[in-house]
Order: sequence, then structure tokens, then C-alpha cells
Amino acid sequence: MSNTKKYWKGLEDLNDNPEIIKKAQREFAEEVPVDQFLSSKSLDETSTPRRDFLKFLGFTVTAASLAACEAPVRKVIPYVVKPEDVTPSVGTWYATTYFDGNDFANILVKSREGRPIKIEGNKLSVVSKGGTNARVQASVLSLYDSARLANPTIKGANSTWDAVDKEITSKLTAIAGKNGNIRLLTSTIISPSTKQIIAEFIAKYPTAKHVTYDAVSYYGIQKANELSFGKSVIPTYNFDKANVIVSLDADFLATWLAPIEFSAQYVKNRKVSKEKREMSRHIQIEANLTVTGSNADMRIPAKPSQIANAALSLYKALGGSVSAKALPFDAKIASIAKELQENKGKSLVIAGSNDPSVQVVVNAINNLLGNYGTTIDLDNYTTTRQGNDAEVVALTEQMKKGEVAALFMWNVNPVYTTPSTSGFAAGLKKVELSVSFADRADETASLAQYVCPDNHYLESWGDASARVNQHSLIQPLIYPLFNTRSAQESLLKWSGSAITNYQDYVKAYWEKNMFPLQLAESNFANFWQKALHNGVMELAPVAAATLTFAADVNAAASKIAESTAKVGAWEITLNQKTAMGNGNQGNNPWLLEMPDPISRVTWDNYITMSPSEVEKLGFNTQLGLDEKADVIEISVNGRTIKAPVLAQPGQAAGTIGIALGYGRTAVGKAGNNVGANAYELVSVEDGAIKYNNYNVTVGTTSLDKYFLCSTQSHHTLMGRDMVKETSLAEYKKDTKAGNVRPTFEVKEGHDHVKKTPSELDLWASKETPGFDRPGHFWGMAIDLNSCIGCGACVVSCQSENNIPVVGKDEIRKTRDMYWIRIDRYYSSAMTEEVAEKEGKGVIDMYNAMEKPEDQPQVVFQPVMCMHCNHAPCETVCPVIATTHSNEGLNQMTYNRCVGTKYCANNCPYKVRRFNWFKYHDNAQFDYHQNDTVGKMVLNPDVTVRSRGVMEKCSMCIQRIQEGKLNAKKDGRRVNDGEIQTACSQSCPTNAIVFGDMNDKNSNVASLKADDRMYYMLEELNTQPSVFYMTKVRNTENKEA
Amino acid sequence: MQQESPLRKALILGDKSLHDITEDVCRPIEGKASKAWKIAFTVSAAALLWWVICISITVGEGIGMWGINNSIDWGWDITNFVWWVGIGHAGTLISAVLLLFRQKWRLSINRAAEAMTIFAVICAATFLLSHIGRPWLPYWLFPFANQFGSLWVNFNSPLVWDTFAVSTYFTVSLVFWYTGLIPDFAVIRDRAVARGDKARKFWYSLLSFGWVGSAKNWQRFEEVSLVLAGMSTPLVLSVHTIVSMDFATSVVPGWHTTIFPPYFVAGAIFSGFAMVQTLLIITRKVLNLQEYITIYHIDMMNRIIMITGSIVGVAYITEFFIAWYSGVEYESYAFINRATGPYWWAYWAMMTCNVITPQLFWSKKLRVNIAATFIISIFVNIGMWFERFVIIVTSLHRAYIPSEWAMYSPTWVEVGIYLGSIGLFFTLYLLFVKFFPVIAMSELKTIVKSSSSQAKKKGAHHHE
Repeated sequence: MSNTKKYWKGLEDLNDNPEIIKKAQREFAEEVPVDQFLSSKSLDETSTPRRDFLKFLGFTVTAASLAACEAPVRKVIPYVVKPEDVTPSVGTWYATTYFDGNDFANILVKSREGRPIKIEGNKLSVVSKGGTNARVQASVLSLYDSARLANPTIKGANSTWDAVDKEITSKLTAIAGKNGNIRLLTSTIISPSTKQIIAEFIAKYPTAKHVTYDAVSYYGIQKANELSFGKSVIPTYNFDKANVIVSLDADFLATWLAPIEFSAQYVKNRKVSKEKREMSRHIQIEANLTVTGSNADMRIPAKPSQIANAALSLYKALGGSVSAKALPFDAKIASIAKELQENKGKSLVIAGSNDPSVQVVVNAINNLLGNYGTTIDLDNYTTTRQGNDAEVVALTEQMKKGEVAALFMWNVNPVYTTPSTSGFAAGLKKVELSVSFADRADETASLAQYVCPDNHYLESWGDASARVNQHSLIQPLIYPLFNTRSAQESLLKWSGSAITNYQDYVKAYWEKNMFPLQLAESNFANFWQKALHNGVMELAPVAAATLTFAADVNAAASKIAESTAKVGAWEITLNQKTAMGNGNQGNNPWLLEMPDPISRVTWDNYITMSPSEVEKLGFNTQLGLDEKADVIEISVNGRTIKAPVLAQPGQAAGTIGIALGYGRTAVGKAGNNVGANAYELVSVEDGAIKYNNYNVTVGTTSLDKYFLCSTQSHHTLMGRDMVKETSLAEYKKDTKAGNVRPTFEVKEGHDHVKKTPSELDLWASKETPGFDRPGHFWGMAIDLNSCIGCGACVVSCQSENNIPVVGKDEIRKTRDMYWIRIDRYYSSAMTEEVAEKEGKGVIDMYNAMEKPEDQPQVVFQPVMCMHCNHAPCETVCPVIATTHSNEGLNQMTYNRCVGTKYCANNCPYKVRRFNWFKYHDNAQFDYHQNDTVGKMVLNPDVTVRSRGVMEKCSMCIQRIQEGKLNAKKDGRRVNDGEIQTACSQSCPTNAIVFGDMNDKNSNVASLKADDRMYYMLEELNTQPSVFYMTKVRNTENKEA
Repeated sequence: MQQESPLRKALILGDKSLHDITEDVCRPIEGKASKAWKIAFTVSAAALLWWVICISITVGEGIGMWGINNSIDWGWDITNFVWWVGIGHAGTLISAVLLLFRQKWRLSINRAAEAMTIFAVICAATFLLSHIGRPWLPYWLFPFANQFGSLWVNFNSPLVWDTFAVSTYFTVSLVFWYTGLIPDFAVIRDRAVARGDKARKFWYSLLSFGWVGSAKNWQRFEEVSLVLAGMSTPLVLSVHTIVSMDFATSVVPGWHTTIFPPYFVAGAIFSGFAMVQTLLIITRKVLNLQEYITIYHIDMMNRIIMITGSIVGVAYITEFFIAWYSGVEYESYAFINRATGPYWWAYWAMMTCNVITPQLFWSKKLRVNIAATFIISIFVNIGMWFERFVIIVTSLHRAYIPSEWAMYSPTWVEVGIYLGSIGLFFTLYLLFVKFFPVIAMSELKTIVKSSSSQAKKKGAHHHE
């Protein structure tokens, strides 16, 4: 009961006397006689002696400093009114779509307290199939990039949207009035609603034209398909339907076209099991060693000019009537042709070249093999690359002549992605009205008059159609962090459209165009909800149309012959790094630091050269703490760049490679001046942008020394069996092939029996069979046959577990902080058998083993904490900071750790990572954890580790806990697959499987029982919870 | 009283009377500091200041200021720790073990050797404290009553054993050393009283704990010394045994070796005696104590160096044999890599200094040659430092997983801390030689043969 009694001070109070009310509002009812006090004579007479003054001073200073000593108070303010969708500490997942003009993925984004913090794949998507890659994973950090523009700018000065709109509209009207050319230069746009907006814009300003420019172009394929089948499109490929895959320099597992989609397809046919002892055969002909080439069963190193000719040779070997140059690997081509012929309609030949002639030949090969309609689908084509190189070149020419009056640039950065000789920058100066939608004042935007920053995709509405039969929605996860506006909205404003809100526009567009395409929902509101919820909308595939191959292969052959007639001593292939792609996320510290899957070099690009040739030229072949690489100059047609040389096993002799996407100058503090800009070396030939060159000048003198830093300085297995592998032929005979597990002879009764170390237990006997594990027993299987080494798990883990970026110098000191790493080993020509045969001593043998072969076989091995059940780290910690859970996990208690680092020394797998510095709130590490905006990406479920403590993989304990709690709430056991670690969830090939080994029906339990299962360093009897599955190569024998 | 054998040579030379000994030992304390001492002290204090700076950088920024990394988590820090602890061993061996074995020659050198032990353990402890990631929490390694939840130590961990071993060792050594000092402090006090030096009287009265030299005092003194010697003797073996277990109980190839405890103890005594030689050769010269610390002493200690050096050499060879004999590929690679890998120079520096140089002491000429002894003692000090470096760094830098193989080189901060710790050591040692009696004079007087011989001489003279 609330107290309703009222007490009053007197009758005046009771009667609400106005005087009383007035007084009651004052702090002091009566006037305080301040004046009287201050004017008092006695005040003048008092004096403050020196001693008193010093006392007062001392007291005040002490009091003030004591007050200042108090630790800063950080307030956590609860919601006054809780938003409907937000429960503090519970994440919410929203479906949206990632497309940056390069990678496409349907994704789910985790939002915590209104902040998007983690990206995972959307399993409903038929295109990306729940996969992501490192670049998609890292894109959440690009949202929180403080280098983004916070306002629209006019000539570099901050402005307002009103001012910008006013000026641009008036200038546009003026230009349209005098029939000036208006050009819209964008990267590929796959949003149907945006296409309509552009159409509206063009309708309003009829002199406008839309030009599509992809920094890394696939125009050659479009052109070839136009010539071959009259369809200027890029087909959809089905690697899962191919038994034989021949790739001519196409890095389809990491960077070529749609690697997320292709990896999932590819691995489907690569997985083997007792029941399915078959796998596809993959042949790669390439110059640079790529992720794809590393996974190939047969890899033929070749020069780019030879690869172009190899297409012709293959066509000829398959019975095509064409003249082909003799190649050193013609015998291999013949055998490839034989394999292909045996798999007609079940094979796939692709080429990475952007040369339309090469692509025409490849089309002819696939046509001969009858692959159209099976492994290649031209009807349900891919729309993610529409760049038209010819138009871009024409536009640049027009600009240089001053014929373009207005230029709008959206998601393109031609000043960076074209060579300095292209004249784009000079042409841009002649444009009367130049507008960029870039999110930062990048190389191009800083030259434009107006920058109207577009929202980040996680702040935007939108839609996307990656294929003709698949549509997806983009929805915002957060209100724009800065004063930015979606480019669509800007265009709508300037077109004077009726709807200027892009969200409404998309909705209206879908109501009109997408809603009628389906029958499941009859009500648009329901349809819209469902589409937003699922993020994707699949349609029935378009029926196959009959194709007639109409291209002139001989014309293409003569073009190839002409272009490869004059080849220099050196040839170059410009590739992309798995982390950096085309360089559009150039300021993303996660991607900058991510080790390259092949070289494991971070924070740089470099010239790759065959080790024997590096040695011949007298350059440094080593990478290490104190070893600097030699910087040389390379030039193509007089255009020159300088970069350090890296000895790269697998590089074809006579070729060099360098990655695009580096050398940015205006991207932000992390990415500026990292590496060299290899776009300087691209050229235009036959109307298409060319990323390789048959004549490159390579400097033979070292101009400078430069530190390249790598997370792995030793590249061979040294005859050890961390990675076990076998050939398919062996595996067919014996599913235990290649998996020799260490055994010890023990006496049981009167018999001597052989037991593996994990069957032995010092403490267990027949009477006391040791610790039985009730409840959960978490385990992880890593299939080395499925792991393609792409590194998506590395960035996913970094994002999930708040792993700091430590910078180049720390990496060089072997202080990377990754909880999961992907070890990459090259084969060595020296083995114990060879040493025995050659009569070599052990010292010579080990020295020789350190050297990888010039053309090695490559293996990838993801390594994280093995969660040993007999953990060497646990026994040596003096303060019990690392302990074992009863669910089989090795746990790290950060605030108990004092940092003796003995655990790390005693870890045979070397997975422990020490916080050498305070990596957050430390100006020395000026990356996202030291930036107020960047910090928003941190996962609140995972402690940000302080200086001086050890850390390591926790098997995503926060996710396990969440899954267990969800199951507990529902009163059931955790379902298999319900809990996913960050690495297992983001793996595009499902190489990492996590689950409860006590659940007999779980995937991980069945894998544990498989014959390919082995533990790393099993002889140490650490009894890990993480185990591996042997790698199987589709080769006839072990050597091949 | 001591039995005087006419056959035995005098342990101290120069026909010293009891009074002479008092005068000789007290002279540096009562007199003004010599120029040599002042220069040495300035240099040491400067090095100590440098140590303070480097430690402050480490504590302020983090041990990332060092060169250690995620593959090689221990580097110069633990190398230096083991090196210093090892050096300390000679002092305890001399004062405790040689006491129990009634080796009277120890009396000229035990005080300085014990002081060296204590200062070396202090230096070692600074590395234990500074090498941890959070150097403000080392007390968590002790089992103490606390309310930090369930904070308790892991008795399985050799680092906890180490904590006990080193702290016990330090405490016992300190008490033992101080007990021996008490009668000598009383001598200085009494002399100060006689001279009317009030300040000195005040300080040495405090230090001497009211020693009056009564029979009861002496009896207790003897008993305590014996008890402490008995306690120290196992510590000579236990401390370095446990330090060796920091490595031996691990799974790291090159560390996981059962030979480590005896091998480490021998190595510790080896390095300790070398350091005693280095120090005393200078001290006897500077303080003019050649008649107390004689060639005989130097010869004796050189023999110990030779023997322990040979034990260490055998241990090195045994390790190699076992690495091959075990057939464990990781183990055999670890040893091949030691000798032929990137750190081969450290290995061969160790082999040269520790195995070859002490063998030179088979020659009596070299054993009694002061310059040769000094040079070889320096070699042994360097060699034993390299031994620890080789064990720690070369084992870690190429362990099981080749992808994580790495290299390690120290930063200037680590080098600074090492050099600074030598500064700390010498600052303490120089303060010791200036203010404390460097030779245990009260005990030394018990073995003076010359006092009676002087009397005999006098008697003989009288007869004539």
C-alpha cells in the first residue's frame, strides 16, 4: 500500500499560500546574506599565514590527486525500453547478401546489442551453399573502419547532403541541357532494383550511359561465349559433376570467379570414405603456385604463353583440327586428353586467361567433350561479372579528349586499378562534374569533385541476383555509422524519382517483379517477411536451350600464335592473393595480416620466382628473422614497379608472379603503402584487359633490401608424419593406406599385444578403467583431403575470438596471435629412402630435407589447440591457469595466468599464443582494437586478453555454452551439428567437423571410427580431442 | 685446538700472527676506499642503473620488448637465471660440503664464495621475477592463504618446485653466511670502540647481534654452523636438480632427459668454482690477500673445475649417444641440430669452453698459473652460459612441428638486463668487500700454524 497521508508544515502550507510555494522552490528559503558576509570588515583583517597557505595548498593538491587516481568508471546503461528484437547478451542472426563486385555470398550476420559482429554463410543459398571465404568473413571489420568518410565532401571539404544534392542536380541539368556526355562507371551491378534506378537515371538524363568496369575482369569469357554461342555471359560451372577437371591457370578455389561456390562443389567429389572410394581428378596447368594448383593431383608448371598454347594442344589432342605449337609437356597433354575423352560430359576445362581467343578454344574443348548442359550451364548463367573492357577503354579515351562532361563512379577505383599510363587520372581532371560514391577518399575519389559516400552493405537495403534463377535480399544490420547515404538513394534523388527511399524502392520493386515469380505465398507482406528471413529466393532453373558452337577456332588459334610468337626471357602472371582479392578491402587489418595460404607471407605482396632462379640471380632465397629479401625492378612495356623477390617453390621456370590488390596509397592507415601496385603492369590487348604478359623485363640487380615477414619460415615436413597421405590407388586397396599408427608392445596375460598409445593409460587398469566421460566429449575432425587451405577459418576465428592484429614487425618476430593456423608443407626431394639409396649421412640428409623441391607437392594442415586429454601444458603451469574440463577441453583462465610461458614451451603442437604486449588500447598497435569505431567489432562473449597472459583456441567455448543452454532450456540433449565452432562453421568445404564424440550418432564420432583417422604426434600419447583424416591424392602411386 | 702436523704445509703464508690476520682483514673496512674500488664501483653502479632502465622498460611495456616469441618462449631470461643459480653453487659447496669434509683450506675463501652465492641467487631471482608476463603477480607461485577464489598452486609443476627450491636455498644460504659473519662483525665493533669511531660502532653493534665472544657464544656458533651446513648440503644437490627438472619433466626433445639432474649439479659446481676463481683472483690482488688466498687454494679449486668439467663433458656425450640409441627421430634430430643447425656456433662455443679448456688443468703448471687460471675461469663462465642457451633455445627453436620452427635473437633490452645483472652482482660484491670482512677471520685463526711457529721461533731465539 502506498502512503497517501500528507503532512503539512502549517496552515499556509495547507492552504497553498503562494508565498510559501515560491519559497519552497528555492534552495534556501531565506536569502543567504552573502554580500553582508563578504563586506564584513573582519574579513579584511584576517590573514593567511604562509604555513596555513602551504597546508591548504598541500591538502587541496593531495585531495585533487587522490580524486584523480580513481579508476575511470565505465557505465553500462541498461535499456529503458527494451527493443523487441534485442535481448542483451543474446545474439540475433539476420540474413543478408554480400556482393562487392568480386565475391558473392548469401550470409547470416550476428548482431549483438545492435552491432553486427560476425558473418556466417547462409545454408539456404544454392549459390554459396553456406560457404564464406576470408574476404567475406573480414567484411564486417570494414564496416567499422574509421577511414570511412563521415560526410559527403565537395572538393575534399566536408559538406551536407543538401548542399551536395543542390550542386550536383543543377550541374547535371546544365550538362544535360547542352547534351554533354554523362557516364556512370560502376563495377558489376547484380541488383535488379539498382539496374532499374540506373535506367531511370538514364531516362532522366538521356545523354547518360552506364559502363561496367571490373578491376579484375572476366570479359574474355563473355566475349568468347558471344563468339561461340551468341551469348555474352559467364556460365555457371558444376565442378561437382566433373570427374576430370582441367584448369589452365584458373585459381578457382581461391580467387577465380566464384571460389566460395566452386570450393563447395569441388570438394563434394573429392571426399572419400570406405563406401565411396572414388574422387575426381584435378589437373592444373599454371605458372604461379596457387591454392588451386596446390590441391591438384597433377600440376604442370608452365609459362603463360605455353598455357595459351596448351589450350590449343589439348584441343588438337582431343581431335580438334587446329595447328598447335610443340610444348615440352605434350606427352602429359596427350594423357590428359585421354582422361578427358574417357569422361565425356563429366569433365570440365576452364582457363583463367582473360584473352577471348584462349576462352574460345576452351569453349571448343568443352563443346567437343559435351560438357555444355552438364558441367557448364549457359542458361542459368552467372551475373556476377559483367565488366566490359572495351567500353572502359573507350570511356578513358573519351575522357582524355574532354568529351565526358559528367562522370559518376561507383565501387570502382580506376586511378588505382589502371596503369598510370592509362591516363584515367588526367582524363578525370577534364570532366566537368565528377562524382564518386566511394566510402573513403581513395585514390580515385580524392580526385573527384564530389564524394557522396555510399553505405557499407551492412548498413544498406538492396537486392542481388547472382544467377538468373536466384535472387537475394540485402537488409541493414545497423543504422549508418556515419553521415552516409546509399548510392541508389543519391541517384534516385538526382533523377527526381517519386520514391527516394531506397528501402521502399526495393520493396516496391520486389512486389512488382519478384512476388509474381512465385506461387507459395499469396500475400506480399508474408512473402516479403519470408524473403527477408531467408535472404534468398530460388527459382526453377531455366530450361536448357540447344547450343551451337559457332566460333572460329582457327582464327582464335592464329591470334594465340600471333600473341605468343614473340616471347621474352621472362613472363609474368598477375594473380590475386586469397586474402586481399582485388584490393577493395585494402584497409582491413584482418586481411592484411592474414598469411597467404601458399607463401604464408603477411602484410605484403612480392615477386614470386622459382627458387633455383632466385639463387642463380644471387638473391636471397630465405625468409626469416634477420633475412631481408632483395628488391628488384620489373617492367612491362616500360611500366615499372619495384618489389621484393620471394623464392617460391612451384613457380614455373622463366616466369614471375605478383599479386594485385596491394600498393594502395589512399585507403587508410593500415593499408597505405603496403606492397607494390601490380595493376601498373596490366595491359589491354585485343580489347580485353590482360593479366599476364609474355615479355617482362626483370631487373638482375638488387636495388634494396626489404623485410618480408612470414608466419612460417620452414617449409618441409623433415620426414615427419604430421601430415599423412596416400594415393587413391592405395586407398582403394586398403582404407588404412598411409595411416601407420605408432604402437607399443605390451604384455596382456601371457601375450604380447601391440597397442596404440591412446589405448594405454598409466592410471587405468582392468579394475579401475580410468575416467569415464559422462556427458559431452567434444571433438573435432579435420579432413586433410577436403581442406583446400583457403584460410576462411583463420579470419572467422579471428572475428569470433577477438584475436588482435599485431602488425608486420611482430609477425616477423614469430608472434602472430592466430588460434588456428594452416600449416603448409612442400615436399622435398630428399627422404629417408633416398638418403639410404644414395648413402647419405643423417646430417646431409636433414640439410637436404630442409629444401623444398622446385616443383613440390603441397599439403595444408589446419592446426589449433588439440585439447589434449593428457595435456603437457596443464601439468607444467604453476598456478593452475590451464586446466581440463570434464568435456574434454583444455581451458585457459586468463586472469589466473601470470605468464611463465612454460605451457607454450611444453606444447608439442605450438598452438599457444602469448600476449607480449597489451594489444588493445596501445598506440603501438594502431589497428581496430585501438580505435573507438574498430572496437565495435569485438565479440562481447569473448574476453579481450590483457598483456602478459597466454591464450589459445578455446574450441569456441562461448558457442558450446550457448548451445548447451539452448538445449537445456528445451530439455533435450544437444543435437549433432547444433553447435559449430567458428572454424567449422565457416569452412566452405566442411573439412572441419565439430561435435560430441560421446554421441554415437554424431558425424564426428563416425569420423573418429574411420580408418583414415589419426592423431598428430600420437606417440607422445597426449590423447588429443582433435584428430585428422589422411589426405588422399588421385594418383596412381605415392610419387606421381 | 687444532692438531699441528709438521708435515702439512701452512694453509696461509707469511707467518701471520693472529693480530696480523685481524689487521689484514679489517684494513679495507676501516681504511678509505681505494681508487681501484671507486672505479670498479662506479662502473658497476652504472651497469646497475642500466639494469634498472631495462627492467623498467620491460615491466612498463611488456616482455614483448625482448626477442622471445611464440615458438621460443624462453631465451636469455631463463638462460641467465640458470647461469646465475649455477654460479651460486660453489659458495654453498665450499662452506657446507667442505666443512663437513673438514677441508680446512676452505676457510680462506668460504666467506667470499658464500657472498657470491647470495648475490648470484639475487641476480637469478630478478630473472625469475622479470621473465613472467605479469611481473606484479609472482607471489601467486607460493601457496598462501588468499581469497582469490580457488587460487592455489599446482604441485605437479616443476616451476612450483623451483619456487620452493630457490627461495629455500636463498634463505638458508643467507642465514648461514650471516651466522659466520657475526663474530667478525664483533671484532670490527670492538676495534671501533677502541678507536672511538661512533658511527662504525653503532652499525657493527647492530650487525653483530651483541656477540661477546663467550664460550657459550662460541659453542652455539659452532652448533648452528654445523646444523646449517647439514641443511645446506642437500640443497647443493636439490636446487640444481630441481632447476634441471624445469626442463627434464617436459616433452620437448632435448629437454626430456633423465640425465639432467646430476649433469646440472656438476655443471653448477663447475661454473660456480670458475666464478669463485674469477672473483678471488681479482680480490686477493686488489685487497692484498695473496697470503691468505694462496696458490694452493687456486690449485685445489682448479682440480674441482677439472673434475666437474669432465663430468659435464661425459654428460654431453651421453646425451648424444642416447639420442641416437633411443631411435626417437625428434630426439636425434634435436641433437644433430644442436651441433650442425643454425645455432651450431653456440654448441661449439659450449663444447670448447666446457669440455676442452678444463682439460688443460691436467697440467700442474697451468693449475698454479694465475693468469691461465683466470683466463680459463672466464672461458668456463662463458661456456656454461652457452650450455644453458644451447639447451633452452636450440631445443625450442626446432621442436616437433616444422612449420613452427623459428629463430631467436635477443633485443638490446634483454642484453641490457643481462649486463645490468652483472652490474647488480658486482655492486653488491663491491659493497661486500668494502664493508664486510672478506675472509672469515675468526675461523681462519683456528688454522693458523704460523702463530705457534712464531712463538717457537721466538722461543728458539730466546734460547740462543
